[in-house]
Amino acid sequence: MNDRPHSHDHDHGQEPPSDLALRVKALESLLVDKGLVDAAALDAIVETYEHKVGPRNGAKVVVRAWTDPAYRARLLEDATAAIAELGFGGHQGEHMIAVENTPAVHNLVVCTLCSCYPWPVLGLPPVWYKSSPYRSRAAIDPRGVLAEFGLSLGDEVEIRVWDSTAEVRYLVLPERPAGTAGFDEEALAALVSRDAMIGVAKVERGG
Amino acid sequence: MNGVHDMGGQHGLGPIAPEAGEPVFHAPWEGRVLALTLAVGAWGRWSIDASRHQRELIPGSDYLRMSYYEKWLIGLIELMVKTGLVTRAEIADGRLAVGALRATPPLTKARVAAVLGAGGPANRDVAASRRFAVGDKVRARNINPVGHTRLPRYARGRQGVVERDHGVHVFPDTNAHGLGEQPRRLYGVRFSARSLWGEAAASRDSVHLDLWDDYLERP
Repeated sequence: MNDRPHSHDHDHGQEPPSDLALRVKALESLLVDKGLVDAAALDAIVETYEHKVGPRNGAKVVVRAWTDPAYRARLLEDATAAIAELGFGGHQGEHMIAVENTPAVHNLVVCTLCSCYPWPVLGLPPVWYKSSPYRSRAAIDPRGVLAEFGLSLGDEVEIRVWDSTAEVRYLVLPERPAGTAGFDEEALAALVSRDAMIGVAKVERGG
Repeated sequence: MNGVHDMGGQHGLGPIAPEAGEPVFHAPWEGRVLALTLAVGAWGRWSIDASRHQRELIPGSDYLRMSYYEKWLIGLIELMVKTGLVTRAEIADGRLAVGALRATPPLTKARVAAVLGAGGPANRDVAASRRFAVGDKVRARNINPVGHTRLPRYARGRQGVVERDHGVHVFPDTNAHGLGEQPRRLYGVRFSARSLWGEAAASRDSVHLDLWDDYLERP
């Protein structure tokens, strides 16, 4: 069961406004009339998370760690400060920890109690991360969850699951794929997926 | 509270359904709910802990059925009514109560970048007891509070090892209920997968939780 009420394969733009859309519109209009919110501020918040803050930020952090050993050391020592060096931080990323994948250790991040996620580096979480199936099984069956994402890890690999129960947020530092020695930072960043920084995928060199 | 939101370890909730090329918002109203929640939050009438708890109070059957931003919408409305920012009649009518004064929004467009960039750190520079040290064996207490808590059921009564001292952080169990921040020391605790889930779990796997001093005891 997906925790969304219906399929999202179709185009919402072609539908009449839903009951929820109308309720939210009425609420916004009321709150603007009351002077509780500024409509332009709402636009700016939506714009921030649709276009400015997202997993490309996290990819820059990962690539810097791959290419600059001193930065990698700072990231693993004090991720909040190291991430701030690149200009990222703030809401839902006030207390950051980076956890490093190696051939022997694989890290996976979840929030079993709600939807805690490192917004400044990954943006807003995808629906599956917030969904009941992921929240319920990531801690008890990480190997099964990873297999659902197409990632099968052998028993020799230690899996560490990070359940975000406080205001500390976790970023997975994935392994740099082999065969990328000649890649520049931009080409490397293009390989780093959001899913790899949550820990449900590895970074692949690609075709 | 032992609500359905405390999902870790449950079975039967279905397959995970990643969506290729997923948009940030699936419909414009979702973005508006997120923005309204942050913008009304700037009034400072409630804490992030209170807003989490408000969503936990959604009846379990509704919680499982509702989409994410629908839960946020319900939570926002309930908090605004509770704290007197709006009345139920205003929500129902979609109009200001007669004679209501117009307020001035605390969060303007010009301040959005600075407010989001600053965030709301949860650590506090105050003294708090440090009952445990890195390397100590600890047991998560078997507590079942009816209010807000961030100690998941699956860890209660289980033994782990303190791996990290995060310093002193706001305590959600009191802050969610308007009983003050009461900052406590927060620890990163490693539980072996076997201590949580039994012998069938892989021997080297582990689950790491961030737990406040009050949640822990000596085994």
